[in-house]
Amino acid sequence: MGNDAPGAATTPDVDYRAVQQSDRFQQLKKRHRGFVFPVLVACLAWYFAYVLLAMFAHDFMSTPVFGHVNVAMLLGIAQIITTFAVTTWYVSFANRRLDPIAGEIRESVAAGSATTPEEVNR
Amino acid sequence: MSIVFAADAAPASAPGNPWLNIGIFALFVAITMVIVFRASRNNKTASDYYAAGRSFTGGQNGAAIAGDYLSAASFLGIVGAIAITGYDGFMYSIGFLVAWLVALLLVAELLRNTGKFTMADVLSFRLKQTPVRVAAAITTLVVCFFYLLAQMAGAGGLVSLLLGIGDTLGQSLVITVVGALMILYVLIGGMKGTTWVQIIKAVLLIAGAAVMTVWVLAMHGFDFSALLEKAAVVAENPAILDPGLKYGVSDISKVDFISLGLALVLGTAALPHVLMRFYTVPTAKEARKSVVWAIWLIGIFYVFTLVLGYGAAALVGPAVIAAAPGGANSAAPLLANALGGPLLLGLISAIAFATILAVVAGLTITAAASFAHDIYASVVKKGKPAAGAEVKVARRTVVVIGVIAIIGGIGANGQNVAFLVALAFAVAASANLPTIVYSLYWKRFTTKGALWSMYGGLASAIILIAFSPVVSGSETSMLKTDAIDFAWFPLSNPGIVSIPLAFFLGWLGTVLDKGTEDPAKEAEMEVRALTGIGAEGAAQH
Repeated sequence: MGNDAPGAATTPDVDYRAVQQSDRFQQLKKRHRGFVFPVLVACLAWYFAYVLLAMFAHDFMSTPVFGHVNVAMLLGIAQIITTFAVTTWYVSFANRRLDPIAGEIRESVAAGSATTPEEVNR
Repeated sequence: MSIVFAADAAPASAPGNPWLNIGIFALFVAITMVIVFRASRNNKTASDYYAAGRSFTGGQNGAAIAGDYLSAASFLGIVGAIAITGYDGFMYSIGFLVAWLVALLLVAELLRNTGKFTMADVLSFRLKQTPVRVAAAITTLVVCFFYLLAQMAGAGGLVSLLLGIGDTLGQSLVITVVGALMILYVLIGGMKGTTWVQIIKAVLLIAGAAVMTVWVLAMHGFDFSALLEKAAVVAENPAILDPGLKYGVSDISKVDFISLGLALVLGTAALPHVLMRFYTVPTAKEARKSVVWAIWLIGIFYVFTLVLGYGAAALVGPAVIAAAPGGANSAAPLLANALGGPLLLGLISAIAFATILAVVAGLTITAAASFAHDIYASVVKKGKPAAGAEVKVARRTVVVIGVIAIIGGIGANGQNVAFLVALAFAVAASANLPTIVYSLYWKRFTTKGALWSMYGGLASAIILIAFSPVVSGSETSMLKTDAIDFAWFPLSNPGIVSIPLAFFLGWLGTVLDKGTEDPAKEAEMEVRALTGIGAEGAAQH
């Protein structure tokens, strides 16, 4: 490899526009965006709801729940737990629903093009 | 109760034994140096030097990301912030963690699939190479510089506490030593050596925090509520358990916190040194795995900081911490001293020191790669540098950046660390994130949009910081006097203005751009990003 040319080392023999327009690819794109956009919007909304509560709903957040542990502490921990949960959810989604299609497209491209980039099959 | 008395007696001078501290620290440097030497034997190509030959596994890289991310700001800064400002300090932790969802869902895998070494590789993929690359390299260098300042400031504070060096000259000398060590790591080890240092440090840091957390809880019968009660009693302020102690005082400060939250949550996915880590793994799947590892490690660590922060408030006391040399940044070392005496203090401080060293090394290699790869090899040499020249330039850049970091660090000495890092996040979220998101997800996005967004976001963030209360107008500002006051921007974090502005400029520039970009390149980028076709795999040795 050595010193590489900038950015994209193009693989010119792949017709990317044809791949982009293929049904399989459109399906992959739709699935990916259909998951990440709504999930991320929900997570950010939940985070900013928490921040706004902490700043503007002081009495509510300071309500003790048990002992000296108050609502704010529990909501903070809940943020951490939801982050873990969404992470696990996404990984399982990507493994089940995204990776198989992506692998399929890679294989069909590798089979269809003259030279097979060796990285593709790993 | 002897522990509390020991802590009470400690803060006036340096707690613990300076020579013990130096000894533990020297041992860490010696061990990591050996590892860096061994790891660097295969550093031949640019891919080796910048991306460690793409040979790390997801788990290893995840630990290294955690190592990069859990900087002195996370450890010293957040523990100190919780000990002194209570719950508001914990909200830093939440923002820093939730931010990883943006990186995981939107950026990590697509970036790994389309780029090679730097952020600019991705941003310039389907836009005009030279201007976009230069802009991305500039924003990378600026963000790294802000982040470096924070780390170096942390080093100064830590040293003043540990070695009892109170005078500016002595602290400056130590900052210089830290900088010199960091240059050595990066020069010899490249990305591989740096990554190993990060991994070791992450393991030590998380283990150290875990031990202290269990210790603090054990002292309170594993009753978190009892710990909180004691913290409130020692602080003589029950509000330490509620949000708003620092940021709830006025409407301006509340908006300031929202601005901070925005910068934290959107900044992570735009930090160049974090993005560059995704290139050290062989596939997008490993990139995904590394983010998952990082999220778990970082999340668990932040739970520890909650206990440690209130532990420091309960066992050391906010007043004692605030009066100690190093101020809020010394809460974690003082807590270690209160728990395990000078030996634990020495260990924890050596870990904190190692943290600073490792993060600084990671930032330096990112900045050097950006300069050598994006500006020298791609723009100056039009993508055809002489064999080996790019790595040579990268190594020289390391030395230059090291020297700049030392000078800047001496200047920023004494500033609050978590806070300085938040500024770096704001600059990253403003200058980089809109262009990253648009170029990965918006077909129509053009060069003009990218340039407007990057330069507009960068300039607005920097200008607003310069005219904020951080720089002038009070005793606690960078100018350290209330005689000079040009702080017409009321917020200390610019995120709430500069981030939406940068997104808007990216949209506006694109809409007003008469030209269109190459649709073939657009198709190639989208296909490669999602499928991984043509992505560069692991180097073979």
